[in-house]
Amino acid sequence: MGNSQKITMVHGSGGSATRKLIQDLFHKYFQNDALDKMEDAAVLDISSEKIAYTTDSFVVTPIFFQGGDIGKLAVCGTLNDLLVMGAEPKYLSAGFILEEGMDIRDLEEIIKSMALTAEESGVKIVAGDTKVIEGSGGIYINTSGIGLINHKPFHTSNVKPGDAVIVSGPLGNHHACILSHRMNIKNAISSDCAYLGEMVQNLIKANIEIKAMRDVTRGGLATVLNEIAESSNTTINLTESSIPVDPEVKSFCDILGLDPLYMANEGKIVCFVSREDAEKALSIIKNSRFGEKAAIIAEVSERENVPVTVTTRIGGKRILNVLQGEGLPRIC
Amino acid sequence: MINLEEIKSFLLDYSGPEIKLMEVCGTHTSTIVKSGIRSLLSKNIKLVSGPGCPVCVTGSRYIDEAVKFAFSKDYTVLSFGDLLRVPGNEMSLSEAKALGGSVEIVYSPMEAAEKAINNPEKNYVLAAVGFETTIPAYALLLDNLIECKISNVKLLTSLKSIGPALDWLCENESDIDGFIAPGHVASVTGVSVYRLLAEKYRKPFTVAGFEAEHILVAIYDLVMQIVKGRYEVHNLYKSIVSDKGNEKAMEIIGKYFELSSAYWRGMGIIDSSGYTVRENYRDYGIEIPVREEEISNKSKGCRCGEVITGKIEPYECALFGKGCSSTNPVGPCMVSHEGTCGIYYSMYG
Repeated sequence: MGNSQKITMVHGSGGSATRKLIQDLFHKYFQNDALDKMEDAAVLDISSEKIAYTTDSFVVTPIFFQGGDIGKLAVCGTLNDLLVMGAEPKYLSAGFILEEGMDIRDLEEIIKSMALTAEESGVKIVAGDTKVIEGSGGIYINTSGIGLINHKPFHTSNVKPGDAVIVSGPLGNHHACILSHRMNIKNAISSDCAYLGEMVQNLIKANIEIKAMRDVTRGGLATVLNEIAESSNTTINLTESSIPVDPEVKSFCDILGLDPLYMANEGKIVCFVSREDAEKALSIIKNSRFGEKAAIIAEVSERENVPVTVTTRIGGKRILNVLQGEGLPRIC
Repeated sequence: MINLEEIKSFLLDYSGPEIKLMEVCGTHTSTIVKSGIRSLLSKNIKLVSGPGCPVCVTGSRYIDEAVKFAFSKDYTVLSFGDLLRVPGNEMSLSEAKALGGSVEIVYSPMEAAEKAINNPEKNYVLAAVGFETTIPAYALLLDNLIECKISNVKLLTSLKSIGPALDWLCENESDIDGFIAPGHVASVTGVSVYRLLAEKYRKPFTVAGFEAEHILVAIYDLVMQIVKGRYEVHNLYKSIVSDKGNEKAMEIIGKYFELSSAYWRGMGIIDSSGYTVRENYRDYGIEIPVREEEISNKSKGCRCGEVITGKIEPYECALFGKGCSSTNPVGPCMVSHEGTCGIYYSMYG
């Protein structure tokens, strides 16, 4: 493939140009038994009674950003969705919608990044599809994932008064990173885009009873905690001063009037454990990849009249609502 | 010296006569709500919000005029994002845009000059809304337009001076006992305007910064003054606000703008409370004749005027969170990120 080649409608025709694109790019980086057979569907051996199955589409702009790209995001996003259900991610499918004019070199970078992320995560990309549409060089990726469930699935209804809430690291980095790119602001803020398999596996191996787990993506922590409080009929009491936020993200938010509690993340989980397990779980997360800045940020109580409250830095108390109005579009 | 913990316990335990304080600035309102400051105050200390959100005090007729320009084939309207969704009597600028009107968003007044240079065939109307904090930027734009001989930009002005509005409030809302004065405006105007008001109405004014602690200390300062029967002006934001303010900024405001009467939502027409482009630069300004406004049928039930003047809290309005929300705002206070209703809705919705 030449350096300056662009995707054209011919690449989506299903003919020789499509085959060449698949062989030169997709097949070059995505290789495994199931995919190599080039059949209409992947046939998988599944050694578990229960599986978790999910899908997500990725439309982020820009497609390359500090700390990641749309390909890495598409792999990590779907895998983390499986993880937080207590599943061990195994297989992924990847569907690409390419706009005419897409730079083939960029596409190759994205595919490489997906292959690398999948390999590091111990997951196989076993099915794929590519379509080309008219447009101006954009790319959209859908991934679906299958994970095996070999123990009691996590579920938000397991959350009980007395439980502790741990967040795996500082909030708002992905959102602030994407917004910086869009506003042409130069800074060192990097997306937190990451697969958190090691962290969750370490918790399971140590026999920590994980009551519930969620990844903190669009809508931010505030929205996730409200949903969990509603579904478990409890109230979650956050302590503002314990919520980790990187200083550069905080300054960025202060200037633009943003609140990290409502900002999207792509490599953060919240984890609900019993009070007795809290310190041990925190230490396991802190010693896992991407978890060094984890913190216990809240405790669960019997349902009060609102789902989530915050004890503010100066000791005031307020309600923490879900995100109202529009968040930032095309963030993931 | 008293420390923050002592201030907090004083404010929580205060059992004297009921005190009503107004925070004038929308950014103060936001900090108060976000930090849960009300939960740290005795029920005898009441905070109400004031007219310090420029979009919120702008009348609907102004929006109507901007919408007219958007639909006239000769003009493109340039607007800041938060003005875009403010409802006029017929529609907002964003609705006008959706219906084919010519509206573009800008992030700073200077962008108007850039657009004008890059598109000499177009005529632009910049929706110029703001207080003394942003008026210097409009003055700099005029400076630039004149120097570069750019003639295809005009300012549709609804620029306001906060001092006369506070005078109106002291006169008409006499149950407000003291004011947390807006720090940003004071950094431009200086604090003398508050001294005149403090003397005239025997009410204390405290200039505060924007951190939660700054506001707590300002509340404490005001309560102490009121308890002791004092009505002084205290500047607790000395790192930013000097006594004289920013003389250069005031000078350039004075070069291009003059005081004139203006219409304020919730307060009506107030003498010498607006800034319009001076006679010698009239070619750069569009003025809307000032007259009293009624609430249109479209905004029936909207009580933004009472929210702005501290008469009611947002949730006392029957539309709050029901007919009026951040996705479907009926009044301007729900639209702006500095608007009291918008701030309350994002927190309590």
